[in-house]
Amino acid sequence: MIKEEENFQKNDAFKLTMIPSAFTRKMRTCVIWQFIRFIALNIKMLVVVSKSH
Amino acid sequence: MARIVVLGGGVAGHTAATFAAKWLGKEHEVVVVTPNSKWNWIPSNIWVGVGQMQKEEVVFELAPVYTKAGITYKQAKAVSLNPEGDDLHDKSFVTIEYTQEGKVGESESVEYDYLINATGPKLNFDATPGLGDGNGKMGNNTVSVCTADHAVHASSELEKCIQKMKDGERQKILVGTGHGTCTCQGAAFEYIFNIEHELKKAGVRDMADIKWISNESFLGDFGMGGLHMKVGGYVVSSKLFAESLFAERNVEWLIEAHTSKVEEGKIEYELLDGTKGEETFDFAMLLPPFSGVGLKAYAKDGTDITDTIFAPNGFMKVDANYNAGAYENWKASDWPKTYQNPIYKNLFAAGIAFAPPHLMSKPMTSPNGTPINPTPPRTGMPSGIIGKAVAHSVCALVTKGEGAHIHEASMAEMGAACVASAGKGLFTGTAAAMTVYPVVPDYEKYPGTGRDTSYTFGEVGLAGHWIKHILHHMFIYKAKLKPGWALIPE
Repeated sequence: MIKEEENFQKNDAFKLTMIPSAFTRKMRTCVIWQFIRFIALNIKMLVVVSKSH
Repeated sequence: MARIVVLGGGVAGHTAATFAAKWLGKEHEVVVVTPNSKWNWIPSNIWVGVGQMQKEEVVFELAPVYTKAGITYKQAKAVSLNPEGDDLHDKSFVTIEYTQEGKVGESESVEYDYLINATGPKLNFDATPGLGDGNGKMGNNTVSVCTADHAVHASSELEKCIQKMKDGERQKILVGTGHGTCTCQGAAFEYIFNIEHELKKAGVRDMADIKWISNESFLGDFGMGGLHMKVGGYVVSSKLFAESLFAERNVEWLIEAHTSKVEEGKIEYELLDGTKGEETFDFAMLLPPFSGVGLKAYAKDGTDITDTIFAPNGFMKVDANYNAGAYENWKASDWPKTYQNPIYKNLFAAGIAFAPPHLMSKPMTSPNGTPINPTPPRTGMPSGIIGKAVAHSVCALVTKGEGAHIHEASMAEMGAACVASAGKGLFTGTAAAMTVYPVVPDYEKYPGTGRDTSYTFGEVGLAGHWIKHILHHMFIYKAKLKPGWALIPE
């Protein structure tokens, strides 16, 4: 069994949802990619904040 | 000289008081009445609750900050309002009871020209038998992360639980809502994933069964009726994302649940379909439902007018449409814009203290008549924005008179940024970073999902954790009124 799919067979409800790929999971803590996302998220949040004031 | 009294020193009250003091200067007086001596950055209580932060990192003394701002600070709780005055007072006044050491129980009448009610919620533990101690405080059966002290206690109990696992004893962990009408599911969501993260770090994840219990009708509702995000060419419900995260971390869920009774190591619950059940636990963090703090109100002749000013749940009535009727008739325009009381124009409410017109999530009731649905969240960014808007309005009324422009900050026209921690660590932490626009879904303006999907998004990753950590320092810096504080947005 692929490691990242392991938990998804433990419960019937689990089987009905999305399974993140190994690549997606890796990128969540990849410092270089996350630094880029950090910039992008901050810009997105600032836009929402500016629309709300 | 006008006197503005702010009840409460949380996000909404502190924001309102500090901006009012800054804008009005020394010509007018701003008074803050709050029973607490310390300000608490509540979002970081989650990290205190898993032992990753100390209480001292999330609180600070209010008195020096208010001295610096020129604000009169009374460590006391508000008991009642007399918006018309009484035989002894021509002006409106609020009766307060001191909680400050050395003055406990002393009473005082504080006259006001304008009053901002930002008392926040009463943590209504006693709504569920066994969740509270019968005297309005948290009981001994479960833990909470609602206050910094609660979080310290939760951390110490969790540590015992982890030690048992290290000693080979399997543990059952239950986290979620302690009543069918709870709100703030996001806080419990953060706590359950931080626990899971800490158990992994401690090497005992395989010794724990972790379960989520919630009054949501679907995972990812969060009291906002869920949200939709653009991902991979689709607009996807938060349900899918939440379920995926729970499954990935092997956290089971029980939803549509009203926790009806709590005992040592066991809860009883009722589900939306009317069936009842029990769940055992070794460690449980169950949030209490919120209600108003129980302020009373009296007319000039002493008649009780509490029902006129406050809704049955104890929150203050403002310029919302409280007669919207059935779910099918609900509109975004039902939500308040100015937070001004419709009868007493010198009364405002901000943050959790205002009475929402109705839920955001679809109302649900079990066949036994038990309401099982999340109540609307009004914390964090919306609280701060509302506090600032109300301060703006009050300052305008003070300086320009009754015809002044009243500022608006409808939750149906503002967005919110929310970062839900899923584990702490500079390089190993993750968080779900989300924005939602607007907070209250508007199906007339955005017929598909009720929200603008260009500005509603979410993703899980380390970047979210960094943002949450920066927000922690930034908002404490702002609340301490350090140089440039007013430039930091709410």
